[in-house]
Amino acid sequence: MRRETRRYAMTVDTRLCVGCKACVLACKAENDVPDGFCRDWIVEEVRGEFPDLLAEIRSERCNHCSESPCVKACPTGASHVNEGGTVLVTHGKCSGCKACIAACPYDARFVHPKGYIDKCTFCLHRVREGLRPACVSVCPTGTLVFGDRNDPESPVARKLGTRKWKVRHPESGARPNLFFLV
Amino acid sequence: MPTTRREFIRIGASGAALALAGTGLATKWWGLDPDVVHDPGTDGDHVVPTFCELCFWKCGLLAHVKDGRVTKLTGNPEHPLSRGRLCPRGTGGTGLLYDPDRLKKPLLRRTGKRGDQSFEEVSWDAALDFTAEKLQKIKKECGPEKVALFSHGFGGSFFKHLLFAYGSANVAAPSYGQCRGPREVAFNLTYGTNLGSPEILDLGNARVITLIGSHLGENMHNTQVQDFAQAIANGAEVIVVDPRFSTAAGKAKHWLPIKPGTDLALLLAWMHVIVNEGLYDRDYVEKYTVGFDALKKHVADKTPEWAFTETSISPETIVRTARVIAGGRPGSLVHPGRHTTWYGDDTQRGRAVAILNALLGSWGRRGGFFVPASLPIPKYPVPPYPAEPKTSQDHPNGVSYPFADEVLSHGVCDATVPGRIGGEGCPIRAWIVYGTNLIQSLPQPEKTLEAIQKLDLLVAIDVLPAEIVGWADVVLPECTYLERWDDIAPVPWREPFLAVRQPVVPPMYDSRPGWWIAKQLANRLDLGAWFPWDDARAMVEARLAQGGYDVAAIRSKGVVRGPAVPVTTEDGLALTFATPSKKIELYSKQMADAGLAPLPPYTRHEEPPPGRFRLLFGRTPVHTFGRTTNNRFLSEVTRDNEVWLNAKIARERGLAGGESVVLVNQDGVKSSPARLKVTERIRPDCVWVVHGYGHTSPGLKFARGRGLDDAKLVTRIAVDPVAGTTGMSVNFVSVERA
Amino acid sequence: MTPTLLETVTTRANPGIDPALHVWGWEITAYLFLGGIVAGIFVLVAGLALASGEGLRSRVLRPMPLVALGLLSAGMLALWLDLAHRLWAWRFYATVRPTSPMSWGAWILVLIYPAGLLFFLGSLDGTGRAALTARAPVPLRRLLARLTEWSDRFRRPVLLVSVAMGAGLGLYTGLLLGTMPSRLLWNSAVLGPLFLASGLSTGAAFLLLFPLDEAERKTLVRWDVLAIAAELVLVALFLVGLATSGEPGRAAAGLLLGGTYTAVFWSLVVVTGLLVPLAMELLESRRHLPFVALTPVLILAGGLALRWVLLVAGQASAFRMLP
Ligand SMILES: Nc1nc2c(c(=O)[nH]1)N[C@H]1C(S)=C(S)[C@@H](COP(=O)(O)OP(=O)(O)OC[C@H]3O[C@@H](n4cnc5c(=O)[nH]c(N)nc54)[C@H](O)[C@@H]3O)O[C@H]1N2
Ligand SMILES: Nc1nc2c(c(=O)[nH]1)N[C@H]1C(S)=C(S)[C@@H](COP(=O)(O)OP(=O)(O)OC[C@H]3O[C@@H](n4cnc5c(=O)[nH]c(N)nc54)[C@H](O)[C@@H]3O)O[C@H]1N2
Ligand code: SF4
Ligand code: SF4
Ligand code: SF4
Ligand code: SF4
Ligand code: SF4
Ligand SMILES: [Mo]
Repeated sequence: MRRETRRYAMTVDTRLCVGCKACVLACKAENDVPDGFCRDWIVEEVRGEFPDLLAEIRSERCNHCSESPCVKACPTGASHVNEGGTVLVTHGKCSGCKACIAACPYDARFVHPKGYIDKCTFCLHRVREGLRPACVSVCPTGTLVFGDRNDPESPVARKLGTRKWKVRHPESGARPNLFFLV
Repeated sequence: MPTTRREFIRIGASGAALALAGTGLATKWWGLDPDVVHDPGTDGDHVVPTFCELCFWKCGLLAHVKDGRVTKLTGNPEHPLSRGRLCPRGTGGTGLLYDPDRLKKPLLRRTGKRGDQSFEEVSWDAALDFTAEKLQKIKKECGPEKVALFSHGFGGSFFKHLLFAYGSANVAAPSYGQCRGPREVAFNLTYGTNLGSPEILDLGNARVITLIGSHLGENMHNTQVQDFAQAIANGAEVIVVDPRFSTAAGKAKHWLPIKPGTDLALLLAWMHVIVNEGLYDRDYVEKYTVGFDALKKHVADKTPEWAFTETSISPETIVRTARVIAGGRPGSLVHPGRHTTWYGDDTQRGRAVAILNALLGSWGRRGGFFVPASLPIPKYPVPPYPAEPKTSQDHPNGVSYPFADEVLSHGVCDATVPGRIGGEGCPIRAWIVYGTNLIQSLPQPEKTLEAIQKLDLLVAIDVLPAEIVGWADVVLPECTYLERWDDIAPVPWREPFLAVRQPVVPPMYDSRPGWWIAKQLANRLDLGAWFPWDDARAMVEARLAQGGYDVAAIRSKGVVRGPAVPVTTEDGLALTFATPSKKIELYSKQMADAGLAPLPPYTRHEEPPPGRFRLLFGRTPVHTFGRTTNNRFLSEVTRDNEVWLNAKIARERGLAGGESVVLVNQDGVKSSPARLKVTERIRPDCVWVVHGYGHTSPGLKFARGRGLDDAKLVTRIAVDPVAGTTGMSVNFVSVERA
Repeated sequence: MTPTLLETVTTRANPGIDPALHVWGWEITAYLFLGGIVAGIFVLVAGLALASGEGLRSRVLRPMPLVALGLLSAGMLALWLDLAHRLWAWRFYATVRPTSPMSWGAWILVLIYPAGLLFFLGSLDGTGRAALTARAPVPLRRLLARLTEWSDRFRRPVLLVSVAMGAGLGLYTGLLLGTMPSRLLWNSAVLGPLFLASGLSTGAAFLLLFPLDEAERKTLVRWDVLAIAAELVLVALFLVGLATSGEPGRAAAGLLLGGTYTAVFWSLVVVTGLLVPLAMELLESRRHLPFVALTPVLILAGGLALRWVLLVAGQASAFRMLP
């Protein structure tokens, strides 16, 4: 087996996101996400007092953490680290014990009606074909960028090199790979 | 599916080629049973390119079809309006295609009162014969111009053609008199051309963008939002003038929470500063405009201090923003707006915007307004329309609006009620309503209903049982845009292109394409000569072939793009203006001659009495008016509308967020209940809702009773003396616990 | 400095996840509770046996290891019922995951059965063994005899292993939660010991429901007093620890100190489940007042409440509570 050198990651440019939710719907369509569930979601935060207001809109999803607590917590190995550090769940190994759900600092997972655990897969099935994740591909504003952090030439690496960014709850120690450009 | 595999991207040094199962650390343990990358399998077994109709922007789609079912819709990378990306609505088109509430069979009301929904399902022949007989009778009795067509949406082209062939010019749509009208008239008067849709704005290259209302990001026209974001990414400075902290305001360096209805004061003050400080584009004004001196005089006393008392925007802010706006020229774009029917002086406000842009020299300039290009496409040979259709009957209260370049819907309403306006002969007797839900989109619904009750015939052609459908005598179920051919779309744009709409799946139920319905009616009205083609496909392919285009190529790509042509002076375009003076008319002689103010005057509008709020409305990115609020897929992320109320006010009244409230307007009209959103994001003197909710039609099983309908509360209008359009932001409501 | 957060709107509304995480319900509560009792029984009964040189005095205590295995099986049934993908339960045993407490748990559980069986055989008296052999199917009798003889030969080791197993199980039920820092309330090293102490106490309470030999009962009560005392100390440490561990901990502790779960926690867990029974047991052992059958019932109720509150409040305590 080849040693994994890639580190897939996504940047979310909060300056560009208009919270249109196309990414959520595109994900649902691409990944056949069951009604009432979502793998990605939009958070809108407003700070300040009329008329001095600040808004931040974020498109959030699984962080494909480098120290993924969900994988550590999984008793069956269903939750595992796949290509490019992408965290996936193998349906056929999943017992539905939900340890991974409790272990996730970002509450990014859910129980699929079919019983196994589901969440964002970074659309690895598309990425392997040289396509971008569905949410990245649809986004009208170009808010979302996907790629290999370890490749200095990759779009994400360049964004991370040139822009100010933050991650959600670094104190979780999970080392998330969803970066919010500010 | 080559088309879907175009957007190959660099994933990393090792590339994406290397695809091997589970190299995951965890799986090394259990290599015997490797981990799987599950493929949801939503890629189509074939992919059909077409274009979207969830709104009227016409973005190119790729429709994935698997086992005869449309699994997903993605943006067509080849299409200049989508560039591979879609807005949320376009993504959710399947929610319309598979809406269980769709109209499934032709319906006929033989008995009962109009509006009591006593329909019976009939055959297409029965429905079409019935319709044709009535239309023939009306034509014989008092002439073809006594029939009106309301039409919104691309499929309407066949019915417009039918009505002209029939001999009537009464082709109206709320998308003019309740939307773009004032803006189009203002730009026609100033630049000699209107802006159309999609708007000819070079937002992407703008260095300063000024939005007056125009809530881009909520107003989700795909390409426009793409360009807006691109501009922001390029560091453009954004100024948003809006009583509400819109999504766009959240992106803006300057948010001016203006008092609603006072924008003209701000625009005049901006011009005052820009003129007085000599910040305008002298050469451009010199070369291309007339009436500058008159303008200078006109704005001389429109000082920031004066504007402050009207707008509540501080003089310092007005001066600062005026300088920012001028600093960005010529790539400084003051957005002309789209839904501009606000206060009745909307054409004059539009004129102010047009004039300001002229001072900045943004017309025909990079980052301003581009002059669109389009590909030639020959017409299908048909006989000329019978005797130049007489002028339409849409002059409310007998007043004529010479500058209105489209028919006014509410005018048609008035012309339908005997005696409401002095029109010659008997009033309009029949309406054909295609793709417009007049009950929710025209103001003063009670007037619309009064008109409807006077009709001999109301034919509704729709895909869903919208409110208007309930008032029809004949209901003709059209199939959705994913199930039909339509005419060719020659969209004037930054780069010339043509796009085709072709069926992705066959029509469901007993629904039929608009072209077929129109042709069937034509045959029954002895107008077959105007519909010589067997079907729309034959017509489209004939026109393409005639124009020398490669039909097969267009069908496989969904679009053909022409060579780039200059659309701004920067790429070598010479500017011309189709105005009487052949120049940009800062001062409008045309208006003066018509007895209208040749330079935009400021008029103060009535303000809400204590305890009441101005009712404002707008969009949510996920829905298009009321046409998608029954779309269950889209509703996964937005299922109803909320009433935005200022937090301080809410506190004073002890109202809490999430509470169910109703709005009651000045005439005692009460809305259905909706959730209250208590927020700092809006001024204390107005409330705001998303338009398109509060459906009452029993057929809309999902949308019915969700949220509230603002149209119902628009019982007062301010008719624009120039365009004849209806300002609708002049209603005052109180917020009460439901 | 950024102004304080005013309005947060999210489109996420995943069942079980939003508005507050709730993926584990009564099944896990029951499992943790029963697991605790089983742990208690193993430690205490084996402890009594070790204390008294010759076998257990009270006849009811002899079959207790078997009863414990019964309770444990009930707990495992609840655990299985909680699974969302039940037919794949065997996957627990297709691998060993050192990083996953859930995985150790699965394996501990299977180890406990053989140990418990030896423990049981060892604690039976002559008549009991005779009866058992009589009931056992013929082919099994030789094996049974062999095992019994074994359990006698290694009496002490078997008992010590039983104590260890019990302690392990007790600790484990706490660690299972304690090793999930993402649930802010569970982010505490005290959880293991706390659940062990509670396990011992509820185990004792369970045993005290039966007619016991006076001396053994008194010993149990004495041990229980110690267990409850320890429990109170650990609860204190738990809360203080959280409240002083920075923003996340404070937010979590808030749920129990002046939050959604405060009332239940203090009234049911602390007062009804710990203080009152402690008082009663002290009165009995010090003031020699008559033993009240209500005491063990309160302890058991308290033990159940403790697990329920920590499970539910724990799931709800998430990073999303923080700005
Ligand atoms: N997602 C989505 N996008 C759409 C549509 C849709 O249905 N859904 N519809 C499309 C169509 S047809 C149109 S016409 C456009 C409409 O979209 P716009 O042309 O942007 O409509 P507006 O009325 O200009 O925008 C409403 C904004 O104006 C603000 N506003 C209200 N009154 C005033 C005022 O007096 N002064 C100022 N400065 N601001 C004010 C409101 O607070 C609100 O933020 O959207 C288009 N895009
Ligand atoms: N109070 C209030 N009034 C408004 C507005 C507002 O914001 N508030 N907005 C104004 C604006 S900007 C505009 S542009 C107008 C828009 O007003 P309309 O043009 O009336 O738009 P909708 O209300 O969405 O009505 C669209 C109708 O077309 C039907 N339809 C959808 N697809 C098809 C199709 O493929 N074929 C056929 N035959 N029918 C189809 C839908 O079911 C629906 O009944 O409303 C204006 N009126
Ligand atoms: S699609 Fe893009 S702009 Fe729209 S919400 Fe998602 S990330 Fe934001
Ligand atoms: S976000 Fe949650 S689910 Fe995703 S990798 Fe991190 S811990 Fe696992
Ligand atoms: S639910 Fe499935 S994926 Fe999650 S921890 Fe349990 S077995 Fe692993
Ligand atoms: S990467 Fe794929 S799975 Fe993850 S949110 Fe985007 S679309 Fe959904
Ligand atoms: S803007 Fe959105 S809804 Fe309108 S045509 Fe484009 S994709 Fe469709
Ligand atoms: Mo519009």
